[in-house]
Amino acid sequence: MTVFLIRRLLQTLAVLFAVSLVVFVGLYAVGNPADILLPDDATEVERQAAIRSLGLDQPLIVQYGLFLKNALSGDLGRSFVYNEPSIKLILARFPATLELALSALFIAMVLGFPLGLYAGLHPGTRMERAIMTGSILGFSLPNFWQGLMLILIFSIGLGWLPSSGRGQTGSLFGIETSFATWDGIRHLILPATNLALFKLALVIRLTRAQVRETMPLDFVKFGRARGLTERRIVGVHVAKTIAAPIVTVIGMELGSVIAFAVVTESIFAWPGMGKLIIDSINRLDRPVVAAYLLVITFLFILINLVVDLLYTALDPRVRLGGKS
Amino acid sequence: MTEEAVPAPSRWRPVWQEFCESKTAVLALWICSLMLLAAVFGPWIAPQNPYDLTQISFFDSRLPPFSTSPDGPYYLLGTDNQGRDMYSAMLYGLRTSLLVGVSSGVLAIILGVSLGLVAAYAGGGVDALIMRIVDFMLGFPTILVALMMLAILGQGVEKVILALVVVQWAYFARAVRATALSERNKEYIEAARSLGLSHTRIVFGHLAPNCMPPVIVIGTMQVASAISAEATLSFLGLGLPITEPSLGLLISNGFNVMLAGLYWISVFPGLLLLTLIFAINIVGDRLREVLNPRNAK
Repeated sequence: MTVFLIRRLLQTLAVLFAVSLVVFVGLYAVGNPADILLPDDATEVERQAAIRSLGLDQPLIVQYGLFLKNALSGDLGRSFVYNEPSIKLILARFPATLELALSALFIAMVLGFPLGLYAGLHPGTRMERAIMTGSILGFSLPNFWQGLMLILIFSIGLGWLPSSGRGQTGSLFGIETSFATWDGIRHLILPATNLALFKLALVIRLTRAQVRETMPLDFVKFGRARGLTERRIVGVHVAKTIAAPIVTVIGMELGSVIAFAVVTESIFAWPGMGKLIIDSINRLDRPVVAAYLLVITFLFILINLVVDLLYTALDPRVRLGGKS
Repeated sequence: MTEEAVPAPSRWRPVWQEFCESKTAVLALWICSLMLLAAVFGPWIAPQNPYDLTQISFFDSRLPPFSTSPDGPYYLLGTDNQGRDMYSAMLYGLRTSLLVGVSSGVLAIILGVSLGLVAAYAGGGVDALIMRIVDFMLGFPTILVALMMLAILGQGVEKVILALVVVQWAYFARAVRATALSERNKEYIEAARSLGLSHTRIVFGHLAPNCMPPVIVIGTMQVASAISAEATLSFLGLGLPITEPSLGLLISNGFNVMLAGLYWISVFPGLLLLTLIFAINIVGDRLREVLNPRNAK
């Protein structure tokens, strides 16, 4: 176990180093940010001064060394656009993204679990085929277009819900969140639904597969023999058995939902990390892009580590360290 | 990617017959073929070349569907901000989307299948190394890796294809390795070895053809997901340049005027994209059922 953790830690460092190198060199090969930041009528002297103050006149290797040294002390550079530490900018927007991702997973579970349960219990029926074809439709629907249609229908057409921004946030248990105000919740509904539909098909298919695996098991037969109603067997005993693996797998999807929030945030102008990265790429705000890529790589290595550990905890047949 | 189901060699005939038992799947295959034809012959079918400035009239901009311009042309699906015929623009967009989706799929198959076969056949350290990279790649969501690469590389058709190949090959490598591991110990490989054939010939001539079923299934699904990913990236402004508009870019252009009530510029390319991806996925899902040895009758 310890060996496994140490090995993973070394791998993490190696990957982060490689990513930092690729990101740094790659980003510095496109355009000169001084051209974008300065007004068109800037003189050559002003231009040179700006380049010097941004450190862009140093050779690449020196810039990278400085970048790495600062990165190790938690400083990933200052944003060219906001003139604030880029890591601070990113972390400040993380709660909004997390809130969106968690709401989306919640909606996906609430909608997908009953549908998957039904499909699993009634194989071969017309309704089951409809649900399964619907789930293919679900993962065929390009996420961004689906978001546009939500705006078109519920914001422009019906005028029920706002289509952009986070609305008013309030403080709940000391955390700044949209859940605290009605306006915040109204702003959250469309983006969260948009992101939820992306995972809905997965929840349906997973639940269905679990139900079909569980129904022929002995404890279900015993339940029937004891004279329990089918409703009680499914609602209590089967549901309890399949809930744990489903929640685990869905929990592991949190990372991919956070990654996909980039799209949702761009459509609904949700002020999270994803919108920040897209804006920063378009404005060639390199420190923010570089910091985002490093933060997200780190986040994913962390998530994957937790997933591996969870798998071992849940399934003792998986052995860590050994062969890999 | 739909041509695989066509029964050329006789061993595919039962597969084809079973495939046809699902009417939905046959319909989906028809739609895929139709789209492929529309994409290939798009420039000849389209009423105008939407990117030839001499052919579009600014006075016809923002016309709703089914309008006839005072100058004569009829716009079945309306026009966009610049007076471009949406129907023509969609045919050209479909062409770009399919080109990117199919070519990245094919390249990813070549790369992934080769590495997966080599891993399974060579075993040992080579296998461990390749699978480590595969696990690492699969640990990151597709969209994120593609986004990272394009943030660094910039826009362009070949860059998008490259990014999509990088995110897709690992799926093929993993699937092919699993199949190849069980195939590797069968008699025909032993026979080929005892004939003294070279490793290259055994791997690509004998092992590879017998590992194809999962590749066909995953390949179909991956083409759909590549088309969707390209559209998403282009929508975010990171994929294709304005000069090479795919369906995703058309939708993105429409988004900017959608709030003003010009719904058709975004809705129609989106419906086309959805139909395309949905049809490919239905075909893929059916292929999975038909080709899965566990489901064999």
